Amino acid sequence: MSKAKDVLLNGLIKENPTFVLMLGMCPTLAVTTSAINGIGMGLSTTIVLILSNVLISMLRKIIPDSLRIPAFIVVVASFVTIVQFLMEGFTPALYQSLGIYIPLIVVNCIILGRAESFASKNPVFLSAVDGVGMGLGFTVGLTAIGVVRELIGSGQAFGYQLIPLADEATGQAGYVPITIFILAPGAFLVLAILVAIQNKVRIEMAKKGKKVAPAKECGEGCASCGAGCGSQVFPTGEAEDKKVEDKTDKEDE
Amino acid sequence: MNELKLNMSASPHVRDKIDSSKIMMYVAIALLPASAFGIYNFGLQALAMLLTTTIAAVLVEFLYEKMMKKPVTVKDFSAVVTGLLLGLNMPPTAPLWMGALGSFFAIVVVKQLFGGLGQNFMNPALGARCFLVISFTGPMTRFIYDGVSGATPLQALKSGSIVDTTSMLIGKTAGTIGETSVIAILLGAIILIMLGIIDLRIPGTYILTTAIFVGIFGPVVNPEVSFFDPYYITAHLCGGGLMLGAWFMATDYVTSPITKKGQYIYGALLGILTGLFRLFGGSAEGVSYAIIISNLFVPLIERFTLPKPFGKGGE
Repeated sequence: MSKAKDVLLNGLIKENPTFVLMLGMCPTLAVTTSAINGIGMGLSTTIVLILSNVLISMLRKIIPDSLRIPAFIVVVASFVTIVQFLMEGFTPALYQSLGIYIPLIVVNCIILGRAESFASKNPVFLSAVDGVGMGLGFTVGLTAIGVVRELIGSGQAFGYQLIPLADEATGQAGYVPITIFILAPGAFLVLAILVAIQNKVRIEMAKKGKKVAPAKECGEGCASCGAGCGSQVFPTGEAEDKKVEDKTDKEDE
Repeated sequence: MNELKLNMSASPHVRDKIDSSKIMMYVAIALLPASAFGIYNFGLQALAMLLTTTIAAVLVEFLYEKMMKKPVTVKDFSAVVTGLLLGLNMPPTAPLWMGALGSFFAIVVVKQLFGGLGQNFMNPALGARCFLVISFTGPMTRFIYDGVSGATPLQALKSGSIVDTTSMLIGKTAGTIGETSVIAILLGAIILIMLGIIDLRIPGTYILTTAIFVGIFGPVVNPEVSFFDPYYITAHLCGGGLMLGAWFMATDYVTSPITKKGQYIYGALLGILTGLFRLFGGSAEGVSYAIIISNLFVPLIERFTLPKPFGKGGE
């Protein structure tokens, strides 16, 4: 079970798709205008990720290597279609506000990346756990960005007016929302600042000698990695997965 | 350890006495005529705004550097210049906290997060101004002059009215605190040119390109204007933030090219963008966006205009 825990925490913290791997930036930047949108996008991606990881892991010995990408896409696209119809039926408001970004989950790097670097090489249960970890990591990332943008950009949190707004017509004093934060530039600002704060914390912790993950070894590109995954289509941290495996193997021995 | 002290270092060996803090101080001094005219023109609220943005910029820089345990560089006057420039770019009637927020954005986000003075990728004051204009469009574009809420000359020009170019030259018009008086800005620009802080390449190319662009395309948007209409070109050159931007913000050392050829290209790009935004864009003014967008092209411009070392890359 410790291996499953490692895989789970790997997705949530160590290789958080939003803040460390920097994958799936398109929905991250586009839909996080509010916390609700962030959660909605995160959870729908999580569901697709878990289901596709499980199915691809089941089929991993059947799918021929040369055809794996089209095969993965077909699996992912089927699940996205199901999720899309379910959302349209049961959460129409959220479906409206997420718009095109739901079908676009098909081409989300996280899903294809996890299929390629994890699910196609690991057993079903671990792949499901990886899907949960990565999906929740993505959800946490999106919600964090959404909360900050919504709070600064409109004084709300999860749709609830947290800070009373100023009303110019009646001269009522209150918060004047900084609208740039719910526009596109705000997404870049908030994402960059949250990542900067995280890296700062990571570096401080590393200085104090605490054992934490380095801020993503593959982050500087394959050349600096040295782990020999240069042939990977997606540099999604297969090297680190190997390390996790190595470590647990040693512990088993 | 009483050896002869040999100072071994790479060239240059002859150094000028001038340094960043002196340059920044001269720029701040050169901004004083425009500031003084702004205060005379708009009254005490302009003074309050200029003081707020300047003090906030210096204070934020000091606090940030203390907090991050970096060397405190408040003494180099760069924060003063940033704050003052931002203040000159604010409408006099905007609330003071808006100016302070702008200073915070300019210093922390645009300047310090990218590594401090010399590392900022765009002009901090203009970055902050655009941040404020996008966030608070109402208060940032509402201009009240002599108690009357009205259009700036440039807005009036865009909507087809006749504007008085003489009062635009002197500066008795609505607008941001520092942009109205062409004469006061030119006075500061002359000081900078005499001191050798700036040269004519960037501002000259910028203003000339804008004039040519407006001259050619003016008739396209306004049928009453003739080809190269002197009145229309004068109004565009004297109106809005063109003069303040061309002399004081486009010439910022950090965010303008260092090569001579690059400076001409940069100036031309600024002029074309400004003309494009002013004539064909949604709002009447386009100098701020033209400058920050051109700032982003500077690394590219420098890359293509860097002279080849003698003997390399030749035929």
